[in-house]
Amino acid sequence: MATLKINDLHVSVITEDGDKEILKGVDLTVDSGQVHAIMGPNGSGKSTLAYSIAGHPKYKITSGTVTLDGEDLLSMSVDERARAGLFLAMQYPVEVPGVSVANFLRTAKTAIDGESPKLRTWVKDVNTAMEKVNLDAAFAQRSVNEGFSGGEKKRHEIVQLELLNPRFAILDETDSGLDIDALRIVSEGVNRFSAQGDRDAEGGPVGTKGVLLITHYTRILRYIKPDQVHVFVNGRIAEQGGPELADRLEAEGYDRYLSADKEAAAAQAASV
Amino acid sequence: MSTLSVDTRPSSTGPASTGRNGAASAPNVAGAVETTTASHLHPKPSYDLADHAEPKGREEVWRFTPLKRLRRLFRAEATGAELTWNSQVPAPVTITKISTEQARALGGAAPADRVAALAVAHSGGAVHVDVPAGVELGEPVVLDLTGASVDEVVHAHVVFTVGANARATIAVKHNGSATYAAHTNVIVGDGAELNFVSIADWADDAVHAGQTSFSVGRDASVRTVTVSLGGDLVRLAETADYTGPGGSLEQFGLYFADAGQHLEHRLFVDHNQPRTTSNVDYRGALQGEGAHAVWIGDVLIRKVAEGIETYESNKNLLLTDGARADSVPNLEIETGEIAGAGHASTTGRFDDEQLFYLRSRGIDEAEARRLVVHGFFADIIRRIGVPMVEERLYEAVESELAQHVGTPGVTR
Repeated sequence: MATLKINDLHVSVITEDGDKEILKGVDLTVDSGQVHAIMGPNGSGKSTLAYSIAGHPKYKITSGTVTLDGEDLLSMSVDERARAGLFLAMQYPVEVPGVSVANFLRTAKTAIDGESPKLRTWVKDVNTAMEKVNLDAAFAQRSVNEGFSGGEKKRHEIVQLELLNPRFAILDETDSGLDIDALRIVSEGVNRFSAQGDRDAEGGPVGTKGVLLITHYTRILRYIKPDQVHVFVNGRIAEQGGPELADRLEAEGYDRYLSADKEAAAAQAASV
Repeated sequence: MSTLSVDTRPSSTGPASTGRNGAASAPNVAGAVETTTASHLHPKPSYDLADHAEPKGREEVWRFTPLKRLRRLFRAEATGAELTWNSQVPAPVTITKISTEQARALGGAAPADRVAALAVAHSGGAVHVDVPAGVELGEPVVLDLTGASVDEVVHAHVVFTVGANARATIAVKHNGSATYAAHTNVIVGDGAELNFVSIADWADDAVHAGQTSFSVGRDASVRTVTVSLGGDLVRLAETADYTGPGGSLEQFGLYFADAGQHLEHRLFVDHNQPRTTSNVDYRGALQGEGAHAVWIGDVLIRKVAEGIETYESNKNLLLTDGARADSVPNLEIETGEIAGAGHASTTGRFDDEQLFYLRSRGIDEAEARRLVVHGFFADIIRRIGVPMVEERLYEAVESELAQHVGTPGVTR
């Protein structure tokens, strides 16, 4: 079993006008075999959480810890974190002109595994992974994310998830900008990933993959069933619960949390 | 049809950068006589040395060039020295020695600066490479030019003629040590298709300056690839014009400037015929203290040149501190009746987002940088269409990268 453990995480974003605190103490534990959804309004810090766990240079960790199976992720470089088993599917995958998808995938696979994949099975694996998300084989010859449609970019992220097969996947608004078919295809990819498992001593199923699913909308949760839902407001987890919490958000929206947060801030200001 | 888009993003980066931001539009020169170069940026070309004063360094066309490092190239006497030519010439292509008068009679542009004018004056005659009309070459013409020493100035005048409706690939490679001044004319006949590759892969001490001029026939297609890797200083004026309507010109460039190296490419496309097209895309990477690249991309659209389309682009990637790129695109437009005209120039460091994306997939920093630079050049290399040259360039890029980028931490 693998565990991603986030403890009292404070993160600032580095801007030209100085650092600005975005995450104000996040505690979260995700065990493998589980899907956790993080939901929240725009600007609540959801993406900051994703990018700071992955090690984006724009974010500064001011305090707290993040460990993967007890290993300190924050002391690792971006690529070391990936090799330790972390994967971040990005909301806006970056174009890398002149680097083909095929070359990129092979280089990444080699880096993750520490050895080049066997040529014969690799080509087949790539083609299969692309077929599963309805991408044509010719796609492998295109430059990474260059000229891709929104849906193609997200499907390409899922191809990577499938081929690199990390221990933990963070999906940052993977549902944004997808039409209903693409949403289904992408969700199926995530479900295939998270369904992987082992058997325990008694022969019972044990999930080996963890998923942190960041989303603004509940739409994707019709396809990917979360074990837990966390509501993110103003850089903290404001509430957590089971899948039923998502249904409540669907009905009520985030307003309740936002006004409560404002009241709390006002009360705090008054007491100072 | 009169859309005119001018995308002006010139840039110049580095210490005490003096890159003038371009996009000059000069409708006032419309009255100039059409048979001479109407551009205010380009003096009248001439074979007469008296028309080309010795540069002092402040002139518009010389101000980026470290004149001291040009050695004696705008003052030199004739030496009779030559580069060693190792030529692979498929039949029925011929290489002959001709007189300067014969060479001039073949046509093509006259020298636009003193170095090129001296190259002709002191060459003792020209080398003429002829691809006869109507032939389709299965093999490329490969000219391997090697210098033995920088001590004696080598002056050269080379004329390539590609006959009407011929199809050819010509690759000229420069190697070894030399102080080399060359005037090269490439005259492409009506309906011909030419792929012209020129590679400066000199030893570290070489100096190479001069001019290469393309004249594009009616409905001809010309693609040029200029690669500058080696040498202490390389300064090439690459000019192009058209001898009939409908000609198409693509010019690609790739350069890699290392510490102390000066690589200068000055392009001038003269749209002097209607319905002609030009597309220029030069890319360079720079690394090390004092690495300096200069790219000038001038385009003149004459009054007669209705329905033309042009785009110029220059991209520079600064791999380390201490390198400097000057990039100056200019458009002079005398008619609005064109299909399109634009240019773009960018100079920057590694894109943090690209590196983050690659590294988030487990790829270490050095490898991620290599991939980005590789991709940056692959965009150009894959369009060359000469497998042998493509392979050689990928190797060259890899070995250049090994110097800095391959060592993690150095380029932080």
